[in-house]
Amino acid sequence: MADATADATRPAPERPGRLQEFWRYFRENRGAVIGLYVFAFFVLLAIGANVIAPHDPTQQFRDHTLLPPFWTAEGSWRFPLGTDPLGRDILSRLLYGARYSFFVGLVVVVLAASTGILIGLVAGFAPKWLDTVIMRLMDIILSFPSLLLALVLVAILGPTLLNAMIAIAVVLQPHYVRLTRAAVMSERTRDYVTSAKVAGAGLGRLMFITVLPNCLAPIIVQMALSFSNAILDVAALGFLGMGAQPPTPEWGTMLAEAREFILRAWWVVTFPGLAILITVLSINLMGDGLRDALDPKLKRS
Amino acid sequence: MFRFFLTRLLTFVPTFIGVTLISFAFIRVLPGDPIIVMAGERGLSEARYQELREQFGFDQPLIVQFWDYLTGILHGNLGMSYVTKKPVWDEFFALFPATVELSLCAIVIAICLGIPAGVIAAVNRGKFFDRALMSTALVGYSMPIFWWALLLIIVFSGNLGWTPVSGRIDLLYYFPDATGFMLIDSLLSGQKGAFASAVEHLILPSIVLATIPLAVIARQTRSAMLEVLGEDYIRTARAKGLAPIRVSGLHALRNALIPVVTVIGLSVGVLLAGAILTETIFSWPGIGKWMVDSIYRRDYPVVQGGLLLIAGMVMIVNLIVDLLYGVINPKIRKR
Repeated sequence: MADATADATRPAPERPGRLQEFWRYFRENRGAVIGLYVFAFFVLLAIGANVIAPHDPTQQFRDHTLLPPFWTAEGSWRFPLGTDPLGRDILSRLLYGARYSFFVGLVVVVLAASTGILIGLVAGFAPKWLDTVIMRLMDIILSFPSLLLALVLVAILGPTLLNAMIAIAVVLQPHYVRLTRAAVMSERTRDYVTSAKVAGAGLGRLMFITVLPNCLAPIIVQMALSFSNAILDVAALGFLGMGAQPPTPEWGTMLAEAREFILRAWWVVTFPGLAILITVLSINLMGDGLRDALDPKLKRS
Repeated sequence: MFRFFLTRLLTFVPTFIGVTLISFAFIRVLPGDPIIVMAGERGLSEARYQELREQFGFDQPLIVQFWDYLTGILHGNLGMSYVTKKPVWDEFFALFPATVELSLCAIVIAICLGIPAGVIAAVNRGKFFDRALMSTALVGYSMPIFWWALLLIIVFSGNLGWTPVSGRIDLLYYFPDATGFMLIDSLLSGQKGAFASAVEHLILPSIVLATIPLAVIARQTRSAMLEVLGEDYIRTARAKGLAPIRVSGLHALRNALIPVVTVIGLSVGVLLAGAILTETIFSWPGIGKWMVDSIYRRDYPVVQGGLLLIAGMVMIVNLIVDLLYGVINPKIRKR
């Protein structure tokens, strides 16, 4: 963005649009592209869960409990990935569970990022005492291990999926505050900000229109990171019985329900975890690609 | 230098008071009257209720309660567990060594595997080893460790029967805990097979707990090494004709380690969060499991005290890392 003025002085027909340029850098990272495809595929599966899923996720086939997957001797195509101890189809539950995971990731990221960016902007522009107060507060939140704080918050608010999301957003939000504030601090003294100020821009305009767009690169990378973190943490809370409650087909809750059967029926445990791992992995791959594409320091290095 | 130490210490105090305030606030915001919860199924008479309210100080104004709580902490008094009626402080330090033992083993595994992996990846940048190691690290970094623990139990305890599923040692062995560290105590006891049993119990939980720090350390070592390997003095060392292993292993690694040490220090919080899951799955009697159990039992003083002690520990470790970093790297001190 700093070289935008330099570009304007010479004819720049060969300079592609910003999005295209971004895509060019992103595409260089093969892992990131694979991650994107896997992620897109999973999102499609989640959206189309009601069409693709062979059964209702909560329907119990009492005659077919703990059926193994189709490629084993006892398995059948009727239940491709087998059934759980209550005779529910695992594939259907996984597909519907994907909806919860993506929904949770999205809500948590939006909540954490919007509040975090706002507080970070305020801290960056505020007088020193307010800045100090805000940053101390964030230090306090960061002193607690995130999962522990989320766990206690959920215990207070009551164990539901919504409360789990709020708790995780609270825990993830200080990272945005720190990133935004640091970026604002380095941008604030730049000439373009001074010139906007001289031209009479108000504080709101300075914050959101002048400075914020130039601070976005690290925040976008952080969003990918906290998306995967949110999915992991909600699954962990569900696993500890403090997230989504049964019979919700949430992946972590499915694992918790399957725990006592691990030595008898490996598939009830394996598939939900594998789903979490692949989702989180694809998002992290994309995150690495985003960082390479957006961080000018690492470009072409 | 002195000023740097002083400012860091001065910011520590308000943060610590804030942490106390938060852990104090939790018990008052929790739904349900703690005294009713404590009384359990039996219920209690109105007179007894008032008596207990007075005993726990719930009839005082909040500010007085907070002051009492704060001064109590400074005297090492964190209240009593509702369930066991023992002081929270004593319970914490009885279980603490188990968590320390597990975390230390995990971090040793993570360092011993993570740093070499990062160095090998950096030296072979873009080649097969780099890709294989970094893909593995990314998988480890993305791992839901509670699932990973269950998988390891299926394979090593279920199918192969090599490792036990829970606890710290076989019930066959009994000896007084001199240090609280099972590895040391079992050796001191001199009983045959005790040490081997302790190791068997420790191995799966520490692998699980090590997974994420290991991945983080490997990734961080690689990127720090890549940065250092581009420096002029490395070129000089190469030009002098030093063996490549000496250049990367000695010259480069020493400087690359600075950010890695920070990451290791900061992973204490990650370890404690991981300990919550790992200890719950392996029934490891440490503070992670203790916290989860207390949350289920609504044992508020324990939750409160545990939160405070854990946060305090994370803060102290972060402070030490911060100060050490200032000692190693003079540039930091100026800020």
